[in-house]
Amino acid sequence: MSKSERPTRLFRNLNAKVASIPMILTALVVFVGGTAWTVLYSFTNSKLLPRMSFVGLDQYYRLWATPRWLISIENLLIYGVISLVFSLVIGFLLAALLDQKIRFEDVFRTVFLYPFALSFIVTGLVWQWLLNPDFGVQRVVRDLGWTSFAFDPLYNSSIVIYGISIAALWQGTGLVMCLMLAGLRGIDEDIWKAARVDGIPTWKTYLFVIIPMMRPVFITTLVIIAAGIVKVYDLVVAQTSGGPGIASEVPAKYVYDYMFFAQNLGQGFAASTMMLLSVVIVIVPWAYLEFGGRKRG
Amino acid sequence: MLQPANPSVSIQDLSLNFGAVSVLQTLNLDVADGEFIVLLGPSGCGKSTLLNCIAGLLDISDGRIFIKGKNVTWEEPKDRGIGMVFQSYALYPQMTVEKNLSFGLRVAGVPKDEIAKRIARAAEILQIEPLLQRKPSALSGGQRQRVAIGRALVRDVDVFLFDEPLSNLDAKLRSELRVEIKLLHRRLKNTMIYVTHDQIEAMTLADRIAVMKGGVIQQLDAPQTIYNRPVNRFVAGFLGSPAMNFLNGGLEKRDGDWHFAAEDLRIPLATYAFERQPVPGPAVLGIRPEHVAVNSGMDWPFTATANVEVVEPMGSDTLVWLKLGKQNFTVRVTSERTPRNADAVGIGFDPMRASLFDAQTGNRL
Amino acid sequence: MVDLVASLPDARALRSAASGPSGPKPRHALSRRNIFLYGTLILVAVYYLLPLYVMVVTSLKGMPEIRLGHIFSPPLEITFEPWVKAWSSACTGLNCDGLSRGFWNSVRITVPSVILSIAIASVNGYALANWRFKGADTFFVILIVGAFIPYQVMIYPIVIILREIGLYGSLTGLVIVHSIFGMPILTLLFRNYFSSMPEELFRAARVDGAGFWGIYLRIMLPMSLPIFVVAVILQVTGIWNDFLFGVVYTRPDTYPMTVQLNNIVNSVQGVKEYNVNMAATILTGLVPLVVYFVSGKLFVRGIAAGAVKG
Repeated sequence: MSKSERPTRLFRNLNAKVASIPMILTALVVFVGGTAWTVLYSFTNSKLLPRMSFVGLDQYYRLWATPRWLISIENLLIYGVISLVFSLVIGFLLAALLDQKIRFEDVFRTVFLYPFALSFIVTGLVWQWLLNPDFGVQRVVRDLGWTSFAFDPLYNSSIVIYGISIAALWQGTGLVMCLMLAGLRGIDEDIWKAARVDGIPTWKTYLFVIIPMMRPVFITTLVIIAAGIVKVYDLVVAQTSGGPGIASEVPAKYVYDYMFFAQNLGQGFAASTMMLLSVVIVIVPWAYLEFGGRKRG
Repeated sequence: MLQPANPSVSIQDLSLNFGAVSVLQTLNLDVADGEFIVLLGPSGCGKSTLLNCIAGLLDISDGRIFIKGKNVTWEEPKDRGIGMVFQSYALYPQMTVEKNLSFGLRVAGVPKDEIAKRIARAAEILQIEPLLQRKPSALSGGQRQRVAIGRALVRDVDVFLFDEPLSNLDAKLRSELRVEIKLLHRRLKNTMIYVTHDQIEAMTLADRIAVMKGGVIQQLDAPQTIYNRPVNRFVAGFLGSPAMNFLNGGLEKRDGDWHFAAEDLRIPLATYAFERQPVPGPAVLGIRPEHVAVNSGMDWPFTATANVEVVEPMGSDTLVWLKLGKQNFTVRVTSERTPRNADAVGIGFDPMRASLFDAQTGNRL
Repeated sequence: MVDLVASLPDARALRSAASGPSGPKPRHALSRRNIFLYGTLILVAVYYLLPLYVMVVTSLKGMPEIRLGHIFSPPLEITFEPWVKAWSSACTGLNCDGLSRGFWNSVRITVPSVILSIAIASVNGYALANWRFKGADTFFVILIVGAFIPYQVMIYPIVIILREIGLYGSLTGLVIVHSIFGMPILTLLFRNYFSSMPEELFRAARVDGAGFWGIYLRIMLPMSLPIFVVAVILQVTGIWNDFLFGVVYTRPDTYPMTVQLNNIVNSVQGVKEYNVNMAATILTGLVPLVVYFVSGKLFVRGIAAGAVKG
C-alpha cells in the first residue's frame, strides 16, 4: 500500500472516536476541568458568584478556624472509624456464618442486603423514627419498666454521630458481607481440606490462612467504604439535618450549605478541595499498592 | 485377586449418597501395608470422592473405614494418620515454605526441636532446602507440588493420599515428578493411595490399579493384568492409546472348535483362554493395536487383508488406520514395517492376545 | 437363644456392633454449633427486618394510636388513610399534592437517564474493548479515577456549564448529570464484558464486512443482554435513590421523590404525622425494593461490579 492511500491519523478509526466523544468530554471537561476549576477558585474570595480575585490561602485559614468545619471533620473521623471497623468486622462475620453450608442461605443473604437497595434518605428517615425518644426504642424499654433508660442519640449532641452511624451500618453492612462472601467463595476448597487434614481449628484457619488470603478483597472493600464515607451527606440531612445545633454536621453538607445557602462560594470550594485531598490520601496509597506494586512483582 | 492379610487401609461396604444420587455403592477395598494403589477412572467416576472419604473430608452414608486396623469411620481427618496432597497444591499462600510445613505441627503442639527435625528430613528428601524461606508464589509448579508433598511428609503418617497431584503441571514436569513420587515410595515404603485420570501415571506408579466407573470398582489388579486381561469392555477401552480395536461379531462352533465370526472373517479361538464356558451368540473381540502384525510374513493363527485408510508416522512407531471389512481397525507397527503406498496390507495376530466380551453385558468371556 | 435368632437377619448391625462405628457420623440437628449458627443468623435477620416492620406497622396506624402505643406494637385498627394522604395530599412547603408529583418526576428523570447513560456507556465500553485508538486508555483512566472524586468538587462547575447551555434547573440537565456520573462504572462494566467476549467473533464480523456500528448493533448487543440487565438494575436503583443531584440541579416543582420525601418528613411546619411520614418513606423505597427482590442474584452481580464505583 502506498503512503498516499492511507487515511490520515485523525480519521482512522473515526467511528470509535466519534462514539467516544461523550467519554472524552466527561473526562476532560467535567472531571479534570471541573476539579481544576474548583481548586483554582478555592483561592479566590468568590461570594455569590465566582470571581477571579485571588486571596491566596485565606479561604483555607478561615475554613480551619470555623467551628462548624472542625466539628464536621471530627464527625467524619468518628463516623469513618465506626463505619470501617464495624462494617468490616460484622460484614466478614456474617459472610463467614453464611459460608457454613447454611440452609436458606439465599433468604438470609436477601435479608441482610435489602437495606442497601434503599436510599440514604429512606434509611435516615426510618432510623430517625426508630430512635425517636418519645415513641421509639427508648419509649419501648421504658414501657417495659426501666423508666430511667435513656437512648436518644439523635437529640444528644455528644453522641448524635453514633446514632447516624447505626443507620449507616444497617444500610451498608450487607454490601460488605456480599463482597466478603464472594471473596470466601473464591478461595480454593482444597485449602480448607488441607487445613482439616493438618488439624487446624476452623477459627485458626480463618485467622491465619483465609483472612491473609483475602487481603485484596479487604483492601478493595476498604477503599469502597472509605470513598463512601467521605461523601456522606443524604443520611445526615434526612436523619438530623446536621442537628442538634451543628452537632452532626459533615464536610459534604458544609460544602453544599456554603455554596447554595450561605452564598459563600469560596468557602465551599475550599471545603470541597479539602474533601478531594482526603480522598487522594486514601486512594493514592491503595492505587500504589494495587497497581504500582504489581509491576515490581 | 490378591487379598492383603493385614491391610493398611480397609474399606468395608462403603456407600455415599448426595440426596438421591448414589456416588459410591457398597464399595470394598483392602490396601496392603506399603502398597501403592492407584484409583483410575474418567471424571465423575467417584475416585476423588472415595479418596475424600478415606481422608475423612466427606461424611459417608454407610460402611466403615479402617486405617492400620483402627476404625476411623467417625474420626476427624487429623486423627486418621493420613497425609494428603492436592491437585491445586493448597499451600497457604501467605506463609513461607517452612511455615507451611510446620503449621499443622505447631497447632498440634509438637515440640520445637521435633518440628525442626521433621522439616529438615522432609526438605532433604524432597530437595527443597533452598526454598524453605520462600513463599509459594515465588515457586514453580513443580516446586509447589514438592512442598505440598512435604506437608504430608512432616506429619509422619502411615498413609499418603494423592488427589491428582500432577494434573496442573505441564507434560515434562509431570513425567519428572512421576519418577520422583515412585522413588519417594521406594524410599519411604508408606502406603499410598493415588487418584488420577492419567493411565500412564496409573500404569507406571501402581502396584495395583483400581479402575472405577459410576462409583463402582470395575477391576482391581496389577497394571499388566488390567492391561492384558481387562474384565470388561469399559476397562479394555479405557486403558491404552490408541484404544483397543473392537470387532463386533459372534461366537460359533465349527468342526468342534470355537470361532469368532464377523462378516466374512473367521477367527479361530483355539489359543484363547476362556474365563467361562462359551455359548454361541453375539460377542465383541478386542485386540490391542500393538498386538497385530502387518506384512510380517509369519504364520499367525489368524490372518486377513485390510484396506489402508491413513498412515500416521509417530517417530518411534507408526499408526496405521485400516478398514477390516466394514469395521475400523488400528495397528501400531515399528517404523521399518510402515506400509508404503499400499492400498491393502496383510495383517495377523494370535487370538491368545485378544479379549472376548459378551456383546450384551460387556463382561469378559 | 430367641434373642439371637431375632437379631440374625440384621447381620450388618451385628458386625458393626462388633467392630465399632459404621456409617455416617451421628449429627444432631440441634447440635451446639447449629444452635449458635442459626440463632445468630436469625437474630441478625430480625434486626435487619425490624425497621421495615416498624415502617409498615406505623404507616397502618392512626395518629391517636401512635401517640398511645409504641413503634413495635402491631396496629389495632388498620387504616390506609396515611398512604392515601402521603400519595396525594401531604404538604411540602407550598404544594400540598403529596408524593405523587415527586414520583412522576422521578420516573421522568430515571427512565431517560437510565437509557441515555447505558447507551453512552455501552458504546464507550465497546469502543474501548474492540476499537482502541491512541489515547483511549488515558481517557478511560481519567474516567475511573474521576469516579473517586467527591461529587462536591464538581457540582458547581456543572452548575455553570448547565446554566451556559440553558439547562440548569431542567429535567434534561439532571438527566445529563446522571449520565455523566454513571459513566465511569458503566463504562468499566461494559468494557470488561466486551473484552471477555471471544476476539475471533469480532474479527470474523470484520472480515464479513461489518463496521463499527454494524458489529455493535448486530453482534455485541444481542450477545450482551445479561450485562444490560445488570446495568439497568444498577442505574435504576442508583438514580432513583439520588438526593444530592436532585436537590442541586432541579427546582421545587421538578424535585425527585427522595427530595420531596425529605421535605415532607423534615418540614418544620404543622403537626408531625408519623404515619403519613412512614407511608411516604415506604412509597419512596418501594421502587428499588421491588427491583431488588425481583432481580435477586443479578442485583448482587450489579453491586459487585458497582462496588468499584465507591
